[in-house]
Amino acid sequence: MNGLLAWLGVAPFFLFAILFLLWPSSSLIIGGFQDPAGNFTLKNIGDLFTPSIMNSYALSIQISAVTAIAGALFGFLLAYAAILGGLPRWIRTALMTLCGVASNFAGVPLAFAFIATLGRTGFLTALFVNVLGINIYNLGFNLYNFWGLALTYMYFQFPLMVLIMAPALDGLKREWREASENMGASSFQYWRYVALPILLPALLGAVILLFGNYFGAYATAYALTGGTLPLITIGIGQQIAGNVLYNPNLGYALALGMIVIMAVCIGGYTWLQSRTARWLR
Amino acid sequence: MKKINFWAWLWIVLGAVYFFLPLYGTLDFSLREQRGVLSFLAYQNVLNDPRFRDSFTFSTLMAVATIIVGLLLIVPTAYWVHLRLPQARPIVEFITLLPFVVPAIVLVFGFIRIYSGPPLALTNSTTTTNALLMFGYMVVALPYTYRSVDAGLRAIDVRTLTEAAQSLGAGWFTILFRIIFPNLRVALLSGAFLTFAIVVGEFTLANLLNRPAFGPYMVLLGQDRAYEPAALSIMSFALTWAAIGLIQLLSRGAPEQSQLGGVH
Repeated sequence: MNGLLAWLGVAPFFLFAILFLLWPSSSLIIGGFQDPAGNFTLKNIGDLFTPSIMNSYALSIQISAVTAIAGALFGFLLAYAAILGGLPRWIRTALMTLCGVASNFAGVPLAFAFIATLGRTGFLTALFVNVLGINIYNLGFNLYNFWGLALTYMYFQFPLMVLIMAPALDGLKREWREASENMGASSFQYWRYVALPILLPALLGAVILLFGNYFGAYATAYALTGGTLPLITIGIGQQIAGNVLYNPNLGYALALGMIVIMAVCIGGYTWLQSRTARWLR
Repeated sequence: MKKINFWAWLWIVLGAVYFFLPLYGTLDFSLREQRGVLSFLAYQNVLNDPRFRDSFTFSTLMAVATIIVGLLLIVPTAYWVHLRLPQARPIVEFITLLPFVVPAIVLVFGFIRIYSGPPLALTNSTTTTNALLMFGYMVVALPYTYRSVDAGLRAIDVRTLTEAAQSLGAGWFTILFRIIFPNLRVALLSGAFLTFAIVVGEFTLANLLNRPAFGPYMVLLGQDRAYEPAALSIMSFALTWAAIGLIQLLSRGAPEQSQLGGVH
């Protein structure tokens, strides 16, 4: 009886989670397996494999992968430079603060900042024209396509990577390096056989998190491209707004596909995190 | 050693350029509405726009409501899990991770599927749609708020504090509001500022639930003005900076704890 009463204390939380998280998402998952009349069908799932929808998923996955990997690489180098690069202490403090701000500066204002900087009449674009006589838009650059969006998203991807990697880099113990040097290991060998294997789960986990972070993004893409780039989130947005697909259940299947991909990401991240925690405490 | 230093500096400088160049570019751009001179005209236009004031007020109130209701829900839950129900921890933590699995765009799709018709037609009236939006924001902020509160609770001795209060005759209400909440103030304020930063500029939920919030207003402005969006961008950057700066100021002295977040 006491046990039951104790569970009553968390009842409001579970009620909230059911009403505003579990029920809405499971209704989409179920809707993905239903026809408009409510009968069970696999047709919507099958319809996901039509070229236009597959292209949307592919485009979302490609941009997410590009920004995740590039962001992770750059973020890792930055974190490494600040923490183990022998720089003054204040660099590290400043970097962490800037990254905290930048990783939260996203959505619509971020899109505006990049339009003002690299749009057709933006600050940098104009600077290139005036100083070097080069119009980067004539050279094939375009802020409103794949690479422009990727460049914009990098603005919060690499700071996020710095924030994730800093504790892991801090956890690399000096003794490990000294021990490997005592045994005659070169710097390369230390990295190849000691540091990298320890950091690998953290690195991979961070890449997955960055991937998921971008994959679900909607606001920045919408504000930047006005919905012209057929990302999967843009597709779902159009589906909600009620144009495009005539079959709402296909829309639920679109959402279901996103949930599955995100679940794989977060599951992988959690698993890798637990592996990292083994070494870094 | 010298070589390592060179590369380290190079990456830091590159990072600083990536960080500051768009900000400088935006600032410069936002000051050029008047041809030939630098002026704050774009800022004046924004601040004098009644739609700016309305939408910003709406989003601020939304953020405050989200913070209050969110903390009233999460602090007692996290406290109870710490004190009485450790066996519920895995499932509660699992739920707080779920908002990462269900992106805002999918969440709002589910909301509309369920709550736009009977038996719970919440989107039929303004008040209930606002409530729905608030609960949506609570879901989006849940992972950050919960972690912040949980970390705060780990840092204090919940059991001793509770037992001391009980032996002095305090009831649950007193314990929560006069013992636990004040002891968690750093964690609560961090969570609150982060929630504020997330909610005020949020676009996806507000737009698709058709509420006159700040995010949709910004996008609308971006479609027919050139310089005002840049001014808005600088203003919201200052706001983000203030929120994160306050968090870092508050958590100074506490072990380094990163603030990961944002709605993209």
